[in-house]
Amino acid sequence: MPTRDSVYSPLTVWQTLVVTTAITFFAGEFGPAGRWLVVGVLALALLKGSLVALHFMELRHAPTVWRLSVLGWLWLVVLGIVGAYLKGMP
Amino acid sequence: MSSSRTSSSSLVLSTPRVLQGDIAVWIFLLAELLAFGVFFLAYAFARARNPGLFDAEQAGLDRQSGLINTLLLVSSSALVAQAVAVVRRAGADASQRAAAALLGAIACGLGFIVVKGHEYAAHFAAGMELSSSTFSMFYLGLTGFHFFHVVLGLVVLVVLWRQTAAGVYRPGDANGLESGAAYWHMVDLVWLVLFPLVYVMH
Repeated sequence: MPTRDSVYSPLTVWQTLVVTTAITFFAGEFGPAGRWLVVGVLALALLKGSLVALHFMELRHAPTVWRLSVLGWLWLVVLGIVGAYLKGMP
Repeated sequence: MSSSRTSSSSLVLSTPRVLQGDIAVWIFLLAELLAFGVFFLAYAFARARNPGLFDAEQAGLDRQSGLINTLLLVSSSALVAQAVAVVRRAGADASQRAAAALLGAIACGLGFIVVKGHEYAAHFAAGMELSSSTFSMFYLGLTGFHFFHVVLGLVVLVVLWRQTAAGVYRPGDANGLESGAAYWHMVDLVWLVLFPLVYVMH
């Protein structure tokens, strides 16, 4: 049975990062501009950033305060950007 | 059978929660994240005040270069994570295999520099300056600040590569490698927000 660590090996995390990066790019090229693009690509950025923080930076095994510091930074930045963009929408 | 169950459950219960790498490096990383975070939010709120200008000037960016650079950075980061995993598992030729992964990570990082350098050259040839517009100030400031971190990270990776090839790092004794790796992942993490923010969202 695959363990949690083998599911999140550098290879599988990399594959997810590549696919979500491609989706982000094509959404920008061919998707509709506006709030759905903003929310969609930032949701993917949250996913990608969490994978890097938890599995590459190995915060999944770190004391809670460190894990929450980095993930909290990511959420604050992303939510702040969403707020600013929605404020700037016509 | 019962002994294997005991050992696996005690493994789960007793796995210590540890921060990989040096705590001083991590404090430095948090400060870096804070600086980038302020910069990102400043960009987003500046755009909110002038979405027309930002959209028009963003259309002049080379999004394909942004895509290639994102792929290069996530690949580089994955190779560094792989190098750490190989050193930790030990085994035959662990140092050489980890060093090879780090060399691949360095190649990806250099690729990022080349692609971004091309983009800057095209912008400057088109007359873009920091003072051209609010957008160009943020674009050049934000990506330039990140570019500087990539260059610094590459210097760190070269040191790690040489040390790893020399067999300095071993399972349970790889603090330097883990600290440098965390720095490089931070550079990747920041770009994963920067790419959609600056190149994609409109």
